Parts: sequence; C-alpha cells; structure tokens
Amino acid sequence: MEKVLMKGNEALGEAAMRAGCKCFFGYPITPQTELSAYLAKHMAKRGGAFLQAESEIAAVNMVLGASSCGVRAMTSSSSPGISLKSEGISYIAGSDLPCVIVNVQRGGPGLGGIQPSQSDYWQATKALGHGDFQLLVYAPASVQETVDMTFKAFDEADRYRMPAMILSDGLLGQMMEPVMFPDIVPDIPEKPWACCGHKNKREHNIINSLYLKPDELENSVLERYKRYDAVKRECTDAEAYLCDDAEIVITAYGASARVAKSAVNAAREKGIKAGLFRPKTLYPYPVNEINEACQSAKTVLSVEMSMGQMVDDVKLALNCRIPVEFFGRTGGIIPTPSEVLEKIESLNERSR
Amino acid sequence: MNYKYKKITVLTGHYGCGKTNLAINLALDMEQYGKVSVVDMDIVNPYFRAADFKDKFPESNIEIICPPYANTNLDIPVLDLDIERIAKESDFVVIDVGGDDAGAYALGRYRSVFEKYAGETEIIYVFSMYRGPKITAEETAEIMYEIENACKIKCTALVNNSNLGAETDYRTVEESEEFSCKVSELTDLPRIFRCVPADIKENGNNDFPVRRLVRLPWE
Repeated sequence: MEKVLMKGNEALGEAAMRAGCKCFFGYPITPQTELSAYLAKHMAKRGGAFLQAESEIAAVNMVLGASSCGVRAMTSSSSPGISLKSEGISYIAGSDLPCVIVNVQRGGPGLGGIQPSQSDYWQATKALGHGDFQLLVYAPASVQETVDMTFKAFDEADRYRMPAMILSDGLLGQMMEPVMFPDIVPDIPEKPWACCGHKNKREHNIINSLYLKPDELENSVLERYKRYDAVKRECTDAEAYLCDDAEIVITAYGASARVAKSAVNAAREKGIKAGLFRPKTLYPYPVNEINEACQSAKTVLSVEMSMGQMVDDVKLALNCRIPVEFFGRTGGIIPTPSEVLEKIESLNERSR
Repeated sequence: MNYKYKKITVLTGHYGCGKTNLAINLALDMEQYGKVSVVDMDIVNPYFRAADFKDKFPESNIEIICPPYANTNLDIPVLDLDIERIAKESDFVVIDVGGDDAGAYALGRYRSVFEKYAGETEIIYVFSMYRGPKITAEETAEIMYEIENACKIKCTALVNNSNLGAETDYRTVEESEEFSCKVSELTDLPRIFRCVPADIKENGNNDFPVRRLVRLPWE
C-alpha cells in the first residue's frame, strides 16, 4: 500500500469509489466542495456516475432512486445543505434503503459560516428529518479514519438497510494527512429487494414509504426498530485513551477529540489523571464503552465545537451517575488545547 | 542552496502540494537579504492559507498581504492586490497562488506585471509525488499545462516538494528523485531546488530546508 498526502474531503471521495460507490449526486458548498470536485474528476473514468444536481433536494432524491436500484450511492454537503436534504433522508429511511450521506459540518444556524463546527450533532443523531428513524453516524477524527469509516459506512448501511452518515467537519475535510487506502474488493451483498428488473422471473419489488393503513405503518416501524436494536448491540465503536486510572475523563469526537487529546497529554505531564473517551459511532452511542472508560472518573468533561449537544448523550449513557461538565466553542471557532487544559485544571482543583 | 532569489517568486501547483508552507519558508530565508512581501492570492482554499500567518512574524521584515475577505465567513473570491506597487515597495515578493488551474485564473490578471519584470520573475511550478494515489509524472506535467493555460503565463522553473506532511523524512524525498527527474524531462524546465525537511543535516547544493509551519490546531 502506498502512502499519500490528501485532504480529508478528497480521501473520502477516493474511499467511496474504492468501496464500490457507483453513483454520487451532490451540490457544491464550502467546506465540502473538494469531495464533489474530486469525484467529478475521477468517477466517470472509473465506471461510476457523478452528477451535480440542480439542488440539494434533487441530489438526495437521486440517491433514493439509485439506491432503490441496488447500487451503492452517496451524497455530501455541509450543514445548511444537509438541512435541505432532510426530507429525502427521511424518505430513504422510511423506504429501508442503504446509502451514505456526508456532512462536513460548518458553523450555524442559518447560513452561519464556512469555518468548522460540530453543531449538527443533534440533527445527525436525533432528528435528521421527520418520523421515527435513525441513521448510523460515524465520527472520524483523522484523514485515515475518514477513509476507513467510509468503507464501513457502505458495508453497514447495506447490512442493516439504513442510511449511514459520515459526520465530518470543516477541519477534518480541509486538513491534509498521510493516508493509505486498503486494496480490497468491496463485498456488496445481494439485494433481492432492489428494483432492478424482475425479468418475469419473480414478483416485482416496490420501494415505498407510504402506508395506507396505520397498523401496517406501525408494523414497518416496529420491524425497523428491531434492526436498530441489533445495530445498538453490534455497531458501537469507541477509543479510550489513558482512561484506566483517569479521574477526569474528557469526552470528545472528531476534530475536537484531537484537541482534547493534546490537552489530556499536557494534563498528564502536570500530574493530573486525565483521559479521553472518543466515540467513533455517535449512533449507536457506545454506552457500554463509556461506562467502562469512566470507571475511576470523578468528573466527565464533554468538549465540543458547539454549545453542548453530545453532552446530553454522555449524561444519558452514564445515567448521570458522575457529574458531567461541558466546554465548547462555536460559530466556527476551534477550542485550543490550552483552553481545554485550563478547564481540566480548574476541574482538578475543584475535586481536591 | 545555490539558487539565487529573483525579485518576484510566483508559486503555482497542484493544490495541497505545499505551496503555502514553502512560501512562508522562502520568505523567512529571503528576509536576510531585504524586505519580503508574501501575497496570499488563493481564491480557492477556505482554510490553511498564507493569511493565517498575518501576525505571526511581528519582529520580522516580512509582510503578509491578503485579499480583503480571507479567513472570514464571506466565501467571495475578491482580489484587490496591486502587485506592481507591492513589488516597488519590497525587495522580494512571494506570491502564493491558489491550487490547480482554478487557482491560477486569478494570476492571469497580473501577467503584464510579470512581463515588465521578466528578468526578475520566477514562475515556479511546485509538485509533490505523494499528492494522491498513483500520481504519474505525466499527470503532474499535465496539471502544469492546465495552470499555464488558465493564467496564460508560462512556468519557468520546477520545485520538487514531495512530502508526507509530518511523516516526511529524507527517504520520502530521495524516493521522489526519479519522478522529479521525469517531470523535468517532460516539461523541459529546470529544477531550481528541492525541498527537504529542515531537521536533515546532509543538505546538497540543490536542497532547500523546509520547516513545517502550516500546522493543525492541536499541534
């Protein structure tokens, strides 16, 4: 495997093609644009279809169509564009279709700004559209992990027949790091439900999210929630760093986890028993893993590039048995390691 | 390094090949010979640009000149740079152009200035062999032609900046030598110097030591 230096956005595009993504539909928006630009340049040459749609709404519905035909399909955008896609994502979930959606988060609400942010956590994990449904949500923290999770997102989306999201952010998308691409042939499962022509050999398939009778709709949702139960058992992933003896455990995902790791290292140098718990999946939330990581914790500190969103899931996962504090910057401001260290030091003072 | 700086140094290349980092490194070296202006002419990249260094060298002879909306939330590619005035007011000008042909369009506007200072201008094409999976010398030359075509200005020299960011070592550079040679043959342009990590001692006459100055927030 050769090692190359790439932007997170481009590497994600390269990984998607290698994972067998055949259709990409998107609409440009900063700081996501390199992803679609990369695919525009390479996808047709490698047997895929790239299309810049007339809008985000059109793009997401094209994904619905492509996925209905059984092919691996993806769309990407940044925060305001994801809001526009939310109706289509709900339809995709309601139709039990797999696909990958990338959100390279920027500051919000509204048009907000073009600098990095993590203020779409609630949107991604709780309410990406109307109705009872969930997406698999992956939170990479490096360019390499962005690549690895893209492969995983396509596989798991197919396995559970549900949309998967890569929740990136402007920093992870724009920064460059050395990265390697696994040379694997994607293992795409049979899709007997796909609308790809019955050739008079089987019943025709229907992809639909409309149910005329409430009990049929309820049954379809209950069936879907059984899959969510399996997802919660089988798909959680997290990293625990220096947590074994940690009295202060920082929880952070994505780019802010990189900042937090620096701060944890600095705190350790000062003799403070700090650790980092980093969820790699945000839905399903790694509940068992966080409880294990916080065994010796006296305080938990959630560090985010938002006003405090994941902090709710941290409290829920820990059942509020340990005090959970929050530190965040928002609007496109990235917290610095020294700011986080200061917060760790003050928490450490308080617990003395 | 044997290469003697010209008054105006223009850095073009594939985006992400390390132009901004090189621009700041060159400025820090040129500074010993006079006043240096670094011009951020990037209309493509929203982050990681020369404008990030605006207040980083307060004691130095280096001025960073940026477009009015650089590093704001205004995603508008406006350039109000008077390159000729900047050239008159400084001993050296380093122009950090946005990547690829898309970034090079902005450069075309200043062609007459470069023609006026023809003998004192170096238009450098910077490249890195590690910039993507299986990049060939032919593709690397092709990107240069796309850039030239976009700005209607011919490159005059090559710089091999093959690197793997923080993981760059001497071997990284050495292994790019054959590739770099081929790019030079294909484009018929001289390689005026090559970039090597600054912590390497055994610098050749053609080696320019480069420090990694473009950093991530947690570094």
